[in-house]
Amino acid sequence: MTALTAVRHLLWKDLVLELRTREILTAMTIFAMLVAVVFNFAFSPSPADSLRLLPGMLWVTLAFASTLGLSRSFVLERDQQCLEALRLLPWDPGLIYAGKFLSNLLYLLAVEALLLPALAAIAGVRLLPAGGALIGVLLLGSVGLVAVGTLFSAMSVHTRIREVLLPVLLFPLASPVLINGTRATLGILGGWPWADILPGVRLLVAFDVIFVVVGYLVFEYVVEE
Amino acid sequence: MHSAHGRGSVQALALQEITKCFGPVQALRGVSLTVGDGEALAVFGPNGAGKTTLLKIAATLMRPTSGTVRILGADPSHQAPQLRRLIGLVSHQSYLYAGLTGFENLLFTARMYGVPDARARAHALLETVGLSHRGGDLVRTYSRGMTQRLSIARALVHDPRILLLDEPFTGLDRQAAMAFRDLLLAMRGTRAIILTTHSIEQGVAVSDRVAILVDGAVAYEAENGARDVGTVERVYAQCVGVPA
Repeated sequence: MTALTAVRHLLWKDLVLELRTREILTAMTIFAMLVAVVFNFAFSPSPADSLRLLPGMLWVTLAFASTLGLSRSFVLERDQQCLEALRLLPWDPGLIYAGKFLSNLLYLLAVEALLLPALAAIAGVRLLPAGGALIGVLLLGSVGLVAVGTLFSAMSVHTRIREVLLPVLLFPLASPVLINGTRATLGILGGWPWADILPGVRLLVAFDVIFVVVGYLVFEYVVEE
Repeated sequence: MHSAHGRGSVQALALQEITKCFGPVQALRGVSLTVGDGEALAVFGPNGAGKTTLLKIAATLMRPTSGTVRILGADPSHQAPQLRRLIGLVSHQSYLYAGLTGFENLLFTARMYGVPDARARAHALLETVGLSHRGGDLVRTYSRGMTQRLSIARALVHDPRILLLDEPFTGLDRQAAMAFRDLLLAMRGTRAIILTTHSIEQGVAVSDRVAILVDGAVAYEAENGARDVGTVERVYAQCVGVPA
């Protein structure tokens, strides 16, 4: 069996558990939609403002919604010490990180698939002309957010204040993702020249590579007793 | 005090001078124990004696503060993933996902260990522990005893060469305890077993050797050829300092 097959089985387990309970997806989706609606009432953006405000509304909503899912993702493993059982498996513990990273990423992407059209409808912004580039930036930003968040979720799962600790740890470190994600989204929707958008995109790529690799490598020490 | 060591020609597990500290608390103090291939060792001791810590170190889940661990002669700090394949552990916690069925739990574990024909293995183990009729039910609907039986099946799914059992009789009713005891007796000689339990009767019945752990140190270790429960109970009482 290859490491990829092991990750696939880990992902299968997470998805079956989530599809049965829908705890994470339901909480993330409802929260994201509520924040989007609140933003709309709070700002009541004019058509001209919408383009300027939507990227910030989108990324702030995703950041908050992601912490809801991330904080729950290792709770399943904490019950009955299943994380310890995973550490007993004859695999590099980094694969546990990889499996969790993928399931968390899928949850966030699913929320984005619902949130983005909803926000666009609320703000009256047409997304289709920028569709491909926007999806690319969202994917890059989501990878970074989830890469850091999965690691901190594992770190905070055994603490009593994990719901507080996770955002406190996550947001400062993930701020390059939020800033560059917002800027790139703004550039894409505003029709900026690619030369102005690409530096932010490059930063997102670098962030993703660094934190996915760091997460994989240090996970063993994060979950060690 | 007697001193005996793993009688199998190969030492499945060798713990030498193991100490483990949690801050100022010393959970293990220079514990040395060996278990031969095919040998069963029962470890008794009061709560807080260090039995669980000892098993976690043996299972490579925890690093000792000092001392050496050897699994079939190999150092787990260098080859942990490969050596973990040889170990099965039944812990205080079930290691089971409440949101998966009994069958799915075993299937997932079997797949993660790369067991050939994982489905057949999961079905066979459900049969072995008497849960085939409930294999399709979510684990959260299981009783404590059923969960414990499934947990035992989970530890056996990859046919480990070293089986570590942390109070496995807990939660089992008399019938299930007898069935598990028979299962352990059937496995004797085929793999190394370390069993911690408060039940001296059960531990003596299934082991080749017994050890008593008190305050993180081995207070007694002896062969168990005669299966003499009374003697072990008397020695235990002396070691722990309570009337027999």
